[in-house]
Amino acid sequence: MLTIAISKGRIYEEALPLLAAADIVPIDDPKKCRKLILDTNHSDVKLIIIRATDVPTFVEYGAADMGIAGKDVLIEHGAQSLYEPLDLGISRCRLMTAAHKDAPAFGRRIRVATKYVKTAQHYFSSQGIQAEIIKLYGSMELAPLVGLADCIVDLVDTGNTLKANGLEPKDLIMTISSRLIVNKASMKMKHQQIQTVIAQIASALPATAA
Amino acid sequence: MADPRLLPDGIEEILPEDARIIEALRRRILDLFVTWGYERVTPPLIDYLSTLQLGSGQDLDLQTFKLIDQLSGSMLGIRADMTPQVARIDAHQLGYEWPTRLCYAGTIVHARGDALDKSRTPIQIGSELYGYAGTDGDLEIIKLMLEMLAITGLQELHVDLGHVGVYRGLVNEAGLSTRQITDLFDILQRKSKAELVVFITQLDLSDRFKTMFMALPDLNGGREVFAKAREILVKAGVSVQAAIDDLEQVSLQLEQAFPRLAISYDLAELRGYHYHTGIVFAAFVPGYGREIARGGRYDNIGIDFGRERAATGFSADLKVLARLSKNNNNEAKSLPEKIFAPSDKDEALGELIRDLRAEGRVVIQQLTGQSGAAKDYNCTAVIFKENQSWVLRPL
Repeated sequence: MLTIAISKGRIYEEALPLLAAADIVPIDDPKKCRKLILDTNHSDVKLIIIRATDVPTFVEYGAADMGIAGKDVLIEHGAQSLYEPLDLGISRCRLMTAAHKDAPAFGRRIRVATKYVKTAQHYFSSQGIQAEIIKLYGSMELAPLVGLADCIVDLVDTGNTLKANGLEPKDLIMTISSRLIVNKASMKMKHQQIQTVIAQIASALPATAA
Repeated sequence: MADPRLLPDGIEEILPEDARIIEALRRRILDLFVTWGYERVTPPLIDYLSTLQLGSGQDLDLQTFKLIDQLSGSMLGIRADMTPQVARIDAHQLGYEWPTRLCYAGTIVHARGDALDKSRTPIQIGSELYGYAGTDGDLEIIKLMLEMLAITGLQELHVDLGHVGVYRGLVNEAGLSTRQITDLFDILQRKSKAELVVFITQLDLSDRFKTMFMALPDLNGGREVFAKAREILVKAGVSVQAAIDDLEQVSLQLEQAFPRLAISYDLAELRGYHYHTGIVFAAFVPGYGREIARGGRYDNIGIDFGRERAATGFSADLKVLARLSKNNNNEAKSLPEKIFAPSDKDEALGELIRDLRAEGRVVIQQLTGQSGAAKDYNCTAVIFKENQSWVLRPL
């Protein structure tokens, strides 16, 4: 039995061709059914559909053998106890600071709204800036507008949401893409099966991403 | 004030059924260790922080509860790992010149819990072999760990072997800076090939080293790893070659001794890299996403106690072993037979109860006027009076 944890939405859609390269094709469509465990064309391979931020947790505990998770989620989670053998190069975006377009340059002490608490803390301390982090679960863009924070740290794809709210991206913290992650115990106990999947997915990646 | 019915995070009380299973397992495991010549020691619960931070302790700094000794003003810690203390007993207290075998079992305290196991009070049980640097020592310790796990009745056991000397040898030869070693360590622990490519490319190294470092995340799997490693690491130095040779020698003997055991190899396994010096190993079972027992060689620890001693050993969390073995093993769940006796003060009854208890049977004697009867205590037999004598009758 091999279970692969994956989040609904963009990552799922972009991962499907890669899974297909490893001959893993889900039978159910998560958009049409509400099942959380999806059967595939192999009776011993299942996909479990969970929130993106929960993927490293499921894989770390061995509740799933493998998973697909964004680098942003992995860094925030602190994924030292996982293997991440492949950069899948999918769901690319940038993790950036963003502020009001007329905002002055950051002072020595700022307030930051984000859902990436650890990453933001680490970033600002590396810049020598004392940051007070406010954890939010969504709609970060609102925080600078209503005076809750001086800036935000969030994923930026097209930048349209920022622009629509009078914000603009400032500094790039890191570029993000999704990684294939593997539970350490599974890697050892199901070595053959997992290595085969890794190799097949790797062969489907463009040469630069591998 | 905290709700007095609740316990702090990660602190647990063990109730009778689990306590019985844990204690039975603890006794059987320690008895096993003793039959292999490992002598039981009991290190103190509280010790100087500086002692606790030696060896494996440096990785456990944040896990160690700290307190101030009101007698001396010095910093004390509650042990988060007993190994440094056991090493002190060998190096300083016993001071034998020959190989010394010690075993231990006791509660350790983790200030923050573990990323995966939220319990902050594991019961550490393990064995250490001091004063012998050869592979016979590694082999004995691995075999003993397997015998311990056999007692738990866990099926489909899997053992993973590695040798930290491969990575250590390569970074030393390549002359990497401390900072570079830390970054590379972080990448290799996650086997992140994408990051490894970026990291290696920007290093000022010869292609020879670059090829060798790039191969590390793939040097894992079955026996074929050795051939692959010899081919790729052919130009590595003597210490790397010796590490591969030692590991292969141990693996051959282990496969011979346990022909049906699933064994895998990982030459870039870096768990405990900061204090391990040689062969490292871990045991896994399906359905538990991390190792259930682990260990390895840590030859340098004795220096801190004034005497250089080779060292290898393993340990496990007895609570985890008991929990897994309970799920897998019906024998562990079976209750001991209990006998219910009346509260009568008759001398003949007293003698019968004494005899039964001397045979090791469980007899619960009713207290005068108490509530609760034989079935409430799950007794399977009662003592009652028949024709002027006391007899035992199954329920």
